[in-house]
Amino acid sequence: MLSGAPQYLVSGLTVGATYGLTALGFTMIFNTTGIINFAQGEFVMLGGMLSVVLMKAGAPLPLAIALAVAVAALAGALIERAVIRPVGRSAPVNLVIITIGVSILVRGAVMLAFGKDTFSLPAFSGTKPLSILGAAVQPQSIWVLAITLALLAALKLFFSRTIHGKAMLACACERKAASLMGISVERMAMFSFALSGFLGAVGGAILTPITLTSYDVGVMLGLKGFAACILGGLGNPFGAAAGGLILGVLESLGAGFISSAYKDAFAFIVLLALLFVKPTGLFGGPKSDRV
Amino acid sequence: MGALRNNAGLLVFAAALAAAPLALANDYYVNVLILCCINALIVMGLNLLMGYAGQVSLGHAAFFGLAAYTTAVATTTLGLPIPVGMAAGIGMSALVGWLIAVPTLKLHGHYLAMATLGFGIIVSIVFNEAVDVTGGPSGFVGIPRLALAGFTFASDKSYYFLVAGVLWLATLVSRRVIGSRTGRALRAIHVSESAAQAMGIDLAGHKRFVFVLSAVYAGVAGVLYAHHLTFVAPSSFGFNFSVQLITMVVLGGMASIWGAVAGAFFLTSLPEFLRMFEEVDILIYGGLLVACMMFMPDGLAGGARALVRRMKAVRRG
Repeated sequence: MLSGAPQYLVSGLTVGATYGLTALGFTMIFNTTGIINFAQGEFVMLGGMLSVVLMKAGAPLPLAIALAVAVAALAGALIERAVIRPVGRSAPVNLVIITIGVSILVRGAVMLAFGKDTFSLPAFSGTKPLSILGAAVQPQSIWVLAITLALLAALKLFFSRTIHGKAMLACACERKAASLMGISVERMAMFSFALSGFLGAVGGAILTPITLTSYDVGVMLGLKGFAACILGGLGNPFGAAAGGLILGVLESLGAGFISSAYKDAFAFIVLLALLFVKPTGLFGGPKSDRV
Repeated sequence: MGALRNNAGLLVFAAALAAAPLALANDYYVNVLILCCINALIVMGLNLLMGYAGQVSLGHAAFFGLAAYTTAVATTTLGLPIPVGMAAGIGMSALVGWLIAVPTLKLHGHYLAMATLGFGIIVSIVFNEAVDVTGGPSGFVGIPRLALAGFTFASDKSYYFLVAGVLWLATLVSRRVIGSRTGRALRAIHVSESAAQAMGIDLAGHKRFVFVLSAVYAGVAGVLYAHHLTFVAPSSFGFNFSVQLITMVVLGGMASIWGAVAGAFFLTSLPEFLRMFEEVDILIYGGLLVACMMFMPDGLAGGARALVRRMKAVRRG
C-alpha cells in the first residue's frame, strides 16, 4: 500500500515547485503593492505557451525559454505601468478586478494568436527515468526542483545583499517611510510585477514538458499559487515556496492513496482546515494581514 | 411626499422591469432578461455581504449551485413536489451558508477570500465527481419546469414576470435590512470591526446573519435557475462564475442596491452584445472591464451619481 509513496512524493514535489514559483510571484507583488494579482497564473501560461511557439518558429529550446521568460517579465512591467499605476491608490478590490480583466485579456490574446490546442515541450535532458529509492524519477522533475531551489537561493541573496532587494523589502514594511528614504515606490512596484512575471514564466516553462500547456492552464495554476501563498502565510516569500511544495505533495498523496477524481479538492480541504486552526497560515506571524 | 420620494426608485424599478419584455419582441432576449434577473438576485445578496458588511466571498457560485442541484435531485430523482424541492434548495443554501460562516468569518481580508474560494472549488469538484447524484460533468437533465398552485409557467414571458417579481421583492427586503438597526451595524463593522465591537455590536452574530442572508439570495436564484433551464451542469457554478459575481458587485458599485442590479444586468447581457464581434469578444470584454474599473472606480452607481452632480452644477451655472 505504501509502496507508491516515494513516487507520489516526487511527482508532488515537481508540481508543487511550480505552485511555489507562482506563489512567490503573488508574494512579490503583494509585498510591494498590497495587490493580489489575479493575472499571476497567466504569467505561468505565457512562460509555457511562448516557449512552445518560439520553438516551433525555429529557436533552440534554451533560447526559446529565455525569450519567453523575458517577454513575460516585460508583460508584467507593462501591466503595472499601463493599468495599475494610473489608478494608484484605489480600493484593493478594484485593483483585483483590474487584474482579473487583464488576465481575461491575456488569455484571450493568446487564444486568438495560437489557438485552443494543447502543446508540449521536449524534456530538457531526455526522458529515461532514474530510479531513486524505488521511485522512477523523470529527469525533468530534477530539473524543475533544481531550478526552483536555485531561484529561491538567488532571491534570498537578492533580498539580503543587493540595494534593490533591500529597497523592495523596505516598501513591503512601510511604504511611506521607504518613499521618504528616497526609494521610488512606483519603480519598485513595476519591478515586482516584472519579477513575478519572470518567476511565473520560469515555472510554466519548466513544467510544460511534464504537464503540457494550453491557453487556459493559468486559471487553476493561479488558484493553486494563491492557495500556496495563503498556506505559507501571505507576504512571506519562503513560506510561499514551502506552501507550494506542501500543496503539491498533499495533492499527489491524496490522488494516489484516496481518489484521483478529488485530487484538486484535497489541497483546498487541507488549506481550509489549516485556516480554521491557524488563521494566518503556517509561517504567518500573529498579525500578518494588512489593515 | 417624503415616502413617495423614498420609494420613487422602487416604483421606477417596477415599471422598468414590467416594460422590459415589451421592448424586446424576440423570445431569446426575454431569456437573457430572465438570466439578468437571476444574476441580479445573487449579486444583490453578495453586495449586502461585500458592500455593506465588507466581507468578501469568492465562493458564492457554490450556494447558487447547491440550491439548483438540491431542487433538481429532490424534484427529479426523489420525485417530490416542486415547492418542496425549491424550499429544500433554499434551505440547503442557508444551512451550508451557516455551517461555513461560523469558522470562515473569523478570517480577514485575503484569508477570508481564500477560504471562501476553497469552499467554492470543493463544492464545484463535488458537482463534477459525484456522478451518481449530480450526473457529473455532463450535467443533470429532466428538471421539471416550474408549476405552482396549478399554474405552469409554460412561456418564457410568464417566467420572466415571476423572476422579475421575486427580484423586486428582494430589493424591498434589501432596503429594509439596510435601513434597519442591523444594516447600520453592518456598515459599522465594515468601517472598523473593533470600533463596532466597542459600541456593543455583536460582531459574530451580524456577520453570520448577513452571510446566511446572502446565501439565501443565491439559493432563491439557484432554484429559479434550475426550474427555468430544466438542466444544470457544474460549469455554471464554478470559480469563474464566482469571480463574475464579484465583478458585477464591484462594477455596479459597492454598497448600492441599484448598482448591484445595474452591474448584473450589464455584465450578463454584455456577452450577448459582443457576439457580433465573434472571436474578439473576449478581448473586448476584458478591455471593458479594465477600462470601467480604471475610469469609474465607484462603479456604475458611482459614475451615475457623479454625472448627476455634474449636471446639477452645470444647471446652476
